[in-house]
Amino acid sequence: MSITASPPDRIAGASRRSGTLYIGDPGMWSWVAHRITGVLTFFFLFVHVLDTALVRVSPEVYDEVINTYKTPFVGLLEVGLVGAVLYHALNGIRVMLVDFWGKGPRYQRPMLWAIVGVWLLVMIPSAVIMFTHIFGGSPA
Amino acid sequence: MTTGVLPLDKPRAPRRPAARRSNFELYSWLFMRISGIALVVLVLGHLFIMNILDEGVQRINFGFVAGRWASPFWQFWDLSMLWLAQLHGGNGLRTIIDDYARKDTTRFWLKMLLYVSMAIILILGTMVIFTFDPNI
Repeated sequence: MSITASPPDRIAGASRRSGTLYIGDPGMWSWVAHRITGVLTFFFLFVHVLDTALVRVSPEVYDEVINTYKTPFVGLLEVGLVGAVLYHALNGIRVMLVDFWGKGPRYQRPMLWAIVGVWLLVMIPSAVIMFTHIFGGSPA
Repeated sequence: MTTGVLPLDKPRAPRRPAARRSNFELYSWLFMRISGIALVVLVLGHLFIMNILDEGVQRINFGFVAGRWASPFWQFWDLSMLWLAQLHGGNGLRTIIDDYARKDTTRFWLKMLLYVSMAIILILGTMVIFTFDPNI
């Protein structure tokens, strides 16, 4: 009925998992990473609004929950969160340049290496500073 | 493919009705980019202040929050960030559900779960910013 047909070697209703659309261009992986970092950030945002809402319960309850953010394990997750958000932001700028800048599509791949470079340049000092806070800072 | 039957109900009509009945997807595409630009500033600024500046997360407690929300500037910052991030992220998840859900019922219930969680977070977060009481 439809003109958008499935590949001829696939029987209707067969599992899509038998094949894959992912063919491995770096631009495709940048898109996969964009989705993963976006979903992770969205789930964190859900938790983060709930923990901040504890300021309406009492200062003691809020401080108690926030103190768990100051432990080494959650501190490592925070470094991961910063890395995820930073990638999502940089790649989002790249997506906008591909969409709105005339030469964007032609330079999509060099722009990917550029954002990887910027990510490393920002993440290395940020991670060092955050580790210093986590392991060197006095727990409140 | 060439073997399929074209789904045209009026192949000889002078003008076919537009396949697109609403511009919602266009506007949501545009919203992702506009909110994205704002969120780059709002969220990266927020992460820098909260995790990098001074003693980072170690200095955050109730008094720190009270000090920040004493200023309308940071209240507005946080409120904008809450709404833009929640709508941007919610729209992203909506797209992902559409892409990967394999049954219409799965798709429907995942989206209901998404919309309910978005409503809870938006209402709760907005109420917390507007009703915050430093002398609680």
